[in-house]
Formats: sequence, C-alpha cells, structure tokens
Amino acid sequence: MAAIKKTKFDKAFDIILYSVLGLLAASYLYILIYVVSASFSDPNAVYSGRVVLWPVDFTLQGYKRVFQEKMVLLGYRNSMLYMVTGTAISTALTLMGAYALSRRDLPGRGIVTGLLVFTMFFNGGIVPLYLIVRKLKMIDTMWSLVLPGAVSMSNVIIARTFYANSIPTGLLDAAKIDGSTNIGFFFRVALPLSKAIIAVIALYYAVGLWNDYFNAMIYLKTREKYPLQLFLREILISSQQSAAMTGDVLEQELLAQLQEIIKYTLIVVGSLPLLMLYPFLQKYFVQGVLIGSLKE
Amino acid sequence: MQHNRRRSSLRFRLSNSWDLYLFLIPMLAYFIIFHYAPLYGLQIAFKDFKIRKGIMDSPWASPWYYQFERLFSTKLLRTALGNTLMLSFLQLAFGFLPPIILALMLNQVPNLKFKKFVQTVSYAPHFISVVVVVSIMFCLFSTSNGIITRLLKVFGLGPYAITSQARYFRGLYVGSDIWQNMGFSAIIYIAALSAISPELHEAAVIDGANKAQRIWHVDIPGILPTITIMLILRSGSIMSVGFQKVYLMQTSLNLSRSEIISTYVYKVGLEDGDYSFSTAVGLFNSVVNFILIVSVNAITRRLSETSLW
Repeated sequence: MAAIKKTKFDKAFDIILYSVLGLLAASYLYILIYVVSASFSDPNAVYSGRVVLWPVDFTLQGYKRVFQEKMVLLGYRNSMLYMVTGTAISTALTLMGAYALSRRDLPGRGIVTGLLVFTMFFNGGIVPLYLIVRKLKMIDTMWSLVLPGAVSMSNVIIARTFYANSIPTGLLDAAKIDGSTNIGFFFRVALPLSKAIIAVIALYYAVGLWNDYFNAMIYLKTREKYPLQLFLREILISSQQSAAMTGDVLEQELLAQLQEIIKYTLIVVGSLPLLMLYPFLQKYFVQGVLIGSLKE
Repeated sequence: MQHNRRRSSLRFRLSNSWDLYLFLIPMLAYFIIFHYAPLYGLQIAFKDFKIRKGIMDSPWASPWYYQFERLFSTKLLRTALGNTLMLSFLQLAFGFLPPIILALMLNQVPNLKFKKFVQTVSYAPHFISVVVVVSIMFCLFSTSNGIITRLLKVFGLGPYAITSQARYFRGLYVGSDIWQNMGFSAIIYIAALSAISPELHEAAVIDGANKAQRIWHVDIPGILPTITIMLILRSGSIMSVGFQKVYLMQTSLNLSRSEIISTYVYKVGLEDGDYSFSTAVGLFNSVVNFILIVSVNAITRRLSETSLW
C-alpha cells in the first residue's frame, strides 16, 4: 500500500478532510472550554463579553456562591443517592435476567424474549404508568425514580449478546460435571468473566439516572427530595423563561442574586461527575455500542 | 445425535435449567408491573375515569369512543400531531446523514492520534444532561451577551431572540440534537467500516480508484446494511420525539411550534387531570407508532435482505 504514490486528487482530499474534521473538533472544544472559562471568570467580564476563550480575571466567586446554596448541595446528595441505588438495582436485574435469556436451554426462551421485546415498541403511555406508581404508593419516594425505568431492554440485549458470545459452553459443561448448579456457575464463573459488561451496563444506567429530571418532575412533590437536575432546571431554565417566577421567597432572592457566571458554574457543577468519569464512559459506552451491534 | 435429541426434550431442559428462572423472575416481575400492567390501565381511554373510583369501578364512557371523538375534533391535537411529525421529519432529514459522513471521514484519517482526538471531543456532549444542554444553548444564544449573538453582531446581524421565538424553535431543536449526538451515533458506522475487508480497498487502489471513489464503491456499500437498520429504527420512533428536551425549550411564545403529542399528553393528563383523554391520545400515538415500525420493517425486508426481525 505504502509503495503506491498518492495522486493529486488524494492529496487535495486529505487537506479537505483534515480541515473539516479539525474545524469540527475545534468548534466542539470551543464551546466546552468557553463554558468552563466563563464559570471561572469575573461576572463583569462575562457580562460585558470580554471572555473569548480563557478565563478573564480568574475567580472562584461563582463556585463559592453555588456551594453555599442549600438546594445545590441537597440536590447533589439526592442525585448521588438515586444514582447509586438505581444503578445497583438495575444492573443486578439486567445481568441476571440477561444471563438466563442467553442460555439456549432456558425453557420458553423464545416466548419470554418476544414478550420483552414487544415492550420496546408498544407502551401504555404516561398516565397508566403514573396510576401504577401511585397504586404502589411510590409517589414522592426514591422508588418512583429508580423502579419504573429500572430495566432497559436494549441493555438486556447487550448483556445477553455478551454472555451468548463470550462464555464458552465448554465451561458450563465442565462445571456441570463437577456438580455445579446454574446459579453457582453464574456467580463463580460467568460473573468474574463479565467485568467489562458490568461496567458497560452500570455506566449506561448511572448516566441515565444522573441526567434524569422527567421522572422526578412527575413523581416527586417534596422539594427536599429533588435531584440536582430538577433544581438546575428551575434555576437555569425556568428562571430564564419567566422572569416573574412563582417560587418561594428564598428562591426569588436567589434568582435576584443570580449573576451571569453562576449559570455557567451550575452547568459545570451539574456535569462534573460525568466529566470526571469521562475516560471510562467513553471506553465502555463505545464497547456497549459495539456489543449491541453484534448478532447473537 | 442421540445426545442432541435428549437435550432438546422439554422435560430434560426443565429438570436441568429450572433454576435459571430464579434469575429471570425479578426481571420478569419488573416487566409485568411496569410494562404490562399499564397496558391493562389503557382501558381508561374508553372509560369515564375518576381517580377516586379506580380503574375497575369507573363507568364506561358513552359512547365508548367518546374520548377518540374528542381527540379527532380537537384543534390543538392536530397542531401537536403536525408539530411532532414535522420535528421528526426534520430530525431524520438533517440528523441522519451527519453521523454517517463523520464516520466515513474518520475512517479515511490515517493519523490515529488525530482520529482519537476528534472522536473524544465529539462524543463528549452525548453524556451531558438535557437540562445542561438546553442551558448551554440559552447561554450561547442569550440576546444580552451570548457568544453566538456577539459573533453575529460582528457580521452586523441581529440581535435575534432565538431561544424564545417560535420560528427558530425547530432549527434550534434539530441543530442541538445533531451537535449532541452526531459523534456518538457515528460509532456504529465506524465499527461497520472497520469490518470491511482491507483487500477490497487494496484491489480498488490497484484499479486506480481515488479516495472518493473508494468511499463511494467500497465503504458505502459495505455499511449499507447498518444504514438500513438504523433507518428502520429511526423511522419507527417518528411518533416519539423526545419529550424531555422539547418540554425544557417550551415557552408560551413558541407553543405554536413546540407543542408536540407527548407534551400535550403530559399537560392534559398529569397537570389538568383529564386522565381518560390523555390516555386516549397516548394510545392513539402508540398504535400509530407500532403500525409504523412494523410496516417499515416489512417494506425493508421486501426490498433488501436486511430487517429487524
């Protein structure tokens, strides 16, 4: 390949290729850097538009102000709690179920899989689901956030494909001869072999739980239970849309005090856990997509 | 052979694998409670549902299709349906190709470090929450000091109230969606491209094909099955435009464009408490959606060998 000389056309092609991709990457990077820079800049500099790329008159004012806010800290704590609990439940349900479905000798496998896949294409809508959650007395509890969406069928399919393709059947036969049960085999052999898929599934759920505001908006009534995203929505979006918001006095005061940089600070703070996890997220999310695209 | 026959007999399988059901039961319970039980609740679309009476004891609506009669005579629903379809169509028309083009371009980059860099940067927005994405958008387009407003000003344009006016809503929605998901959606095509045999490219080079010709004659045919599957999936979700972002972007000013079926169902049902009507609208939406994905799948199966099932 290397011996073949590049044609003129291919050289021009490469130049265009690199410039288009470079520009694209630069525009992505620029927005991300700008938001972070604005959060570290002097409010006045942001307001008057002096921040172009890097922070102007570096300050931690915004962060100090944001972390003094009870709502933000409360939201952080709640979101962490919901994310950890939800991820643990969802991952356990998904992996166990997916393992069972991956076994060709599971009686009724086709029927069960069909019934589960059907739910991907047809659902009852939000009102019937709301009535179920209400009936189960989960309204205004953590369970309304972690249970109604606990299992995502696409994650089940990813995990099932993984188990079907990467646990050699010989291992199971050998374990059976040694008198192992299916459950024993799962915990002693299959689970230790599936660290990568555990990471993929857990991260998918964790990101979804951290980013969710919709379930919280529907099911939670008590402000003290709100996750961070719901507070962010109130502060960042509702305040922008209607200047005269009908909130309590404290909130009005906060809104009045909200300066330009606090918006940027909140954006950074709200995505911080994900930014810290980003190297893992990137690696395992990509793996998830790749496994998901395999055929069983 | 004898062994195989014994394996497949149901009794043998039951005695050998019944304990797998212990693994399956928690997940099955989840699907029964949170996916199949709501289907039972769908009957309130045909009832005069009162929350105090419950599903069973609420009387049937008279006539039974009362809510659907309302549904087809409501002007607001027609707006919502039109907006949903329009938003979906625009999303498909403008959002479907960018990830494919990005993947084809990245595949041509010989410098692995540069490729990795572009990927890392363009995947990042995928992980950000909708609340944060919409907030970033509002900040960038802010009429007072948003960076994009200032950029436009340099060219003597604006200021435009982009985030609040109805006529910019669709562009903003589709544009931000492409920005957020283009990189991540490219992964599946990049994977499909890497599965194309290098021999095909080598043969094409020997035949004197330049890069553009190789993309057209080798790469694109190679990833066509993946493109078909993705197209089926996208068309199947044409009636289910994401509620979350639209609801966040909605203001009283842009309602004429931003009221879609799911936001309408939410407001009518959970805010106004008109449960039966909201369920009827939701049911209508689900049925259309279901018919859509089944027919798209049937059509593609007839036209090509690729289909979902």
